[in-house]
Parts: sequence; C-alpha cells; structure tokens
Amino acid sequence: MSHLLLTPILLPALTAVLLVFLARTSLKVTRVISLASAFALLLVAIVFVLQSGANTIEVYALGNWAPPFGIVLVADRLSSLMLLVNAVLVVASIIFTFNWKAERNDNLQPLIHFLTMGVNGAFLTGDLFNLFVFFEIMLIASYALTIFGGGKERAKAGLHYVILNLVGSSFFIIGLGVVYGMLGTMNMADLAFKVSQIPAESAPIIAAASLVLLLVFGLKAAVLPLYFWLPRAYSNAIAPVAALFAIMTKVGIYSIVRVHGMIFNQQPIAGLLEPWLWPIALLTIIAGSIGVLGAKKIRIQIAYAIVISVGTMVAALAINTAEAMQALFYYLMHSTWITAALFLLTEVIAMQRGSMADSIVRGPQIRQHTILAVYFFVAAIALVGMPPLSGFFGKVLLLQATPAGAAQIWLWTIILVGSLATIVAFGRTGSTIFWRVTDLKDSKPKVSKSSWISISSLMLLTVSLVVFAEPVLGYLADLSEQIVNPTHYFNAVLSTEVKTR
Amino acid sequence: MELILAIVIAVLTGTGIYLMLRARTFPVVMGLTLFTYAVNLFLFSMGRLHYNAPPVINMSETYTDPLPQALVLTAIVIGFAMTAFVVVLALRARADIGNDHVDGIDVPRPEELAEEPSEEVAKKDKSADTEEENS
Repeated sequence: MSHLLLTPILLPALTAVLLVFLARTSLKVTRVISLASAFALLLVAIVFVLQSGANTIEVYALGNWAPPFGIVLVADRLSSLMLLVNAVLVVASIIFTFNWKAERNDNLQPLIHFLTMGVNGAFLTGDLFNLFVFFEIMLIASYALTIFGGGKERAKAGLHYVILNLVGSSFFIIGLGVVYGMLGTMNMADLAFKVSQIPAESAPIIAAASLVLLLVFGLKAAVLPLYFWLPRAYSNAIAPVAALFAIMTKVGIYSIVRVHGMIFNQQPIAGLLEPWLWPIALLTIIAGSIGVLGAKKIRIQIAYAIVISVGTMVAALAINTAEAMQALFYYLMHSTWITAALFLLTEVIAMQRGSMADSIVRGPQIRQHTILAVYFFVAAIALVGMPPLSGFFGKVLLLQATPAGAAQIWLWTIILVGSLATIVAFGRTGSTIFWRVTDLKDSKPKVSKSSWISISSLMLLTVSLVVFAEPVLGYLADLSEQIVNPTHYFNAVLSTEVKTR
Repeated sequence: MELILAIVIAVLTGTGIYLMLRARTFPVVMGLTLFTYAVNLFLFSMGRLHYNAPPVINMSETYTDPLPQALVLTAIVIGFAMTAFVVVLALRARADIGNDHVDGIDVPRPEELAEEPSEEVAKKDKSADTEEENS
C-alpha cells in the first residue's frame, strides 16, 4: 500500500488550488506550473503502467478502513492504462494553451486540473459511490470548460450539456440507491461477490439497477439515443478543451467495462447487456456516419467521428471476450489521441483561414498549406482506419474478434460502410480546404512552436502505437485477461491488510 | 410511513420530470431541483425506515444504517452545487442569448404578446431573481 496511489488525484487538486491563487500573476508562471504538474502526472502514470505490467494490483485503503467498509483506490492494468491515456492528453492540451490568445486565460489552467482530478479519480476508485463523486467533480469542471470563452453558441450548447448531465447524475443516484438497498455495500469487489449470491427473486431488481447505470454511462459515452449533446458541446468548446474532452466519452466506456463487466456480469444476471449493446453499437455507428457525411464544419465532423468510435467500442463491449477487450483498449488509446490531435490541428487550420474558420467551404489558400495538409492527411488516415496507421489495426483486431454468425455479418458490414463514409467525408473536407482554393490573399501568423509540439507529439504517439504494437498488445492482452477474469482484482481488494495499532 | 414516503417521492419525481420538459430555463431548473429532492429521498430510504433509532450500534436495541445518510449528505451537497451552477448558467445564457428559451429560440409567451416590450424585460428579470432565491 503505497501513498503514490493518491498522487493522480491529489496532484491535480493541489495544482488547481495553487493556480487559482496565482490567477493574478503572469500567464507564464501559471502555464509553467500547470505544465510541470502535468508532466509529473505523466511520470506517475508511466510508473503505474510499469507496476501493473508486473502483475501487481495496488490497493490503497483510504483512512485505513479495511475493505469492504472504507473507500479503496485500486490501480490494476485497466486503471493504469486509462491514467496514462489521460495524462498524455493533459500534457498535450496544456502545451497547446501556451499560445492561446484569449484575453482571460487565468482560469483555464485550474479548470483543466480539476477535470483531470475527476477523471483520474473515476479511473482509480474501487467504490461505486466514489465513482459518482468523481464523475461530479469531472462534470462540474467540464461544465465550466464547455462554456469557457463565452458567447451565444457556447451558452446554448453548455445549457443542454449541463441539464442533460444533471438528469444523468440523478439517475446515477437512483441506480446506486437500488444497488445499496439490495446488496448493502458500495465496494466494487464486494458488490461482485454479493451479486453472485443474490436469490433468484431479487435478480430482476439488480438487473434494473444495472440497466439504469448503463443509461448513465451511456449518456457519458454518448451512445445513440443519448449522443445529441456531443456534437454541439464539442464543436463549440475551445480547441484545447475539445481535445481534453476526448477522454470524457471514454470515461463512460471505462465505467461500463468496470461496473457492468466486473460487478454485474455474475451468474444470475450474466449476459444481461448483450441484447442492449448490439443494437446500440450498430445504430450509433450508423448515426455517426450520417453525421460525418452531413457536417458543414470540421469540428462537427470530428465530433461525429467520436460518435462512430464510441459505437465501435460499444460493439467490442457487446462481444465481451478477451480478444474484443484487447481490441477495444487498443482502439480507445488510438481514438482518444487522434481525435484530440485533430481538434488541435483544426484550430490552427481555422486560425490561418481567418473568417472562414473551420467551415468546409472553398476559400483562399492558407499560409502553411503544405505542412498542414500533410498533417491533416496523416491524422485523417489514422482516424478513418486506413493502413498503415493505428486506426486500421484497432478495427482489424475488432473485426477478427467478432464471433462468426449473424453478429459478424452485421458488424463487419456496418463498420466497413461507416469507415467508407468517414473516408469520403474527410476526403471531401481535405480536398475542399487544401486543393479547391483561390490565391493566397492575406498572411495570417504562422503556427506557433508550442502548437506544433502538442499536435506532433499526439500524432507521433498514434504512430508509435503501430511501431510498438507488440509490447502494447502484450500489455493489453494481460489487461483484458484481468477484465474477463477479475478474481485477481477481487482477491487483491478484499485481502487488503490495514495497519492496526 | 413507507406509503407516505413512496407517494412523496413519486409526486416529486413526477412534477420534476414534467417541469424539466418545459421550454424555459426557470421551470427546468425548478424541475431539476425537485427531481434531485426525490432522488435524495429515495437514496435515504434505501437504508430502510426506522423510528427512534440512532445510526450507532449498541446505543439502543435497534439502529439505522448510517451509510445511506452519509451518501445522501454527499449527494445533497453535490446537488446543491450543481443547482447553483445551473442557475448561474441559466442567467448567463439569458444574458448571452437574449431570452430564456432552452434552445435559444425566442418564441414569445402568449400572455406577453399583448404586453409592452419593456414590461416583458422587467418581468423576465423578476423571474431571474426568484430563481436565485429558490435555489
């Protein structure tokens, strides 16, 4: 039990509080502190990944209460990986803000750290109610970030986002209440044990609670009937925030894996989700594809590409085998980083285009058109899943993991047609913006160095996902083994010793 | 007792959901608040209802489960913060968009059609003030 397990929550929290007090000092100071903290977080995440790679599950019992009575923080492979994905994103976003020209930048950095705190906490906690609390921390920071910068469109998008999520939170409490009322515990490992012991007559109530929680996580993950807030909120948020939000849908996916895959996937109600997840996944991909084709702005197009990626990941959840989980988390890493990179890239393209911003219309040639076109081309190829980049491997892994039969026919068709739609859409976007242009008119400022570093590092990471595919897939194979067979996790949590005097 | 509590939760939830489906931000915020109350009561009742029983073991013959009380306290605090935020956001949205419709579409209320525009503004400001008080 090492205190290091607290750092991913405490470090952003303390940094954020410190930055709130430093808000009146120069931007340089706050940005450097913020970046340093993000790098420290990245280091900690790497340590966690290495630690969990050696097959240890770290458990931290807060307040020295022995599980299942107190709150526990657990770092297994899944949590560590998610921490790393988030830490990378935070570093890239903060580097990008270095060149942010907004007038009132002073509250942006603390909010980013509060968001990070909530996201990290949600990944680490081993307690269902604590998951709710960290969700709320994450959400309240995200509410403020959604409307950051102000303006009519942001206010409108923010209002929808906030109200929807408040209703979602209320449903979360209903689900939690039923679970506690029936099982009398909130510790995830203990819950899993209790679920496997429930008598047959109370199984339907637990099943109902499980589906209420699926509704909540589905809202965060933005699956079909619940995704309508996403394109507007993401496309109106400022670029570094939109990039950070790439992790938010994945928090929903993570929660479904953790809560439904681990707690509710026990004998009396096992296989409860499958009939729900299949249609949700397929329809989400279809809806996302239609959105990608119809989008009039690049940001909205990327937002719909996120919807497609969510559908793809939910399909992997529906298959629910070790291979599918491996594919899911490979795709998750790829999708988080590449969508963030594209949001940032769109921002620099939009800045050079001036008043046309990110609308997909014919306009004057942009200043650094060659290099930006190359970046856009590579990022779009990775996003749509063409060889040789990471999106392709993620999709191939998933398609290979599909069991033969009706599922295979449906999923293969829809994923491949969805990919085709994305290729057509991004092909049209790229050619409109970079090729169908009039002469270069005004010279906008060049893309700053910090923006290049931020975008390049994210893109380099998705490339390295392919180059270092073997160790990554090895780690993910062990990770999916832990998810499919969580006995190791349960033992680690429930056998935690606390210090007694 | 169980019946009364169940009815209270049902009425609060029903009114809350009805108000949340309205098109103006003020009823929506009110609806959210009522729904949160209902949900908190629900969470509280999940520890089962007991009379005159302390949430401590060995103090009397019966005792109540302290955990739902702790959980509901957390939920109340969070709900309170969220309501405050959504009230501020609703005011901000009204200032930015120029009306209090949730979609930002300015459809005049039937009773406002006959009124003077200046009165309309004054009325809206008044409703914004009550919003703050009610939170």
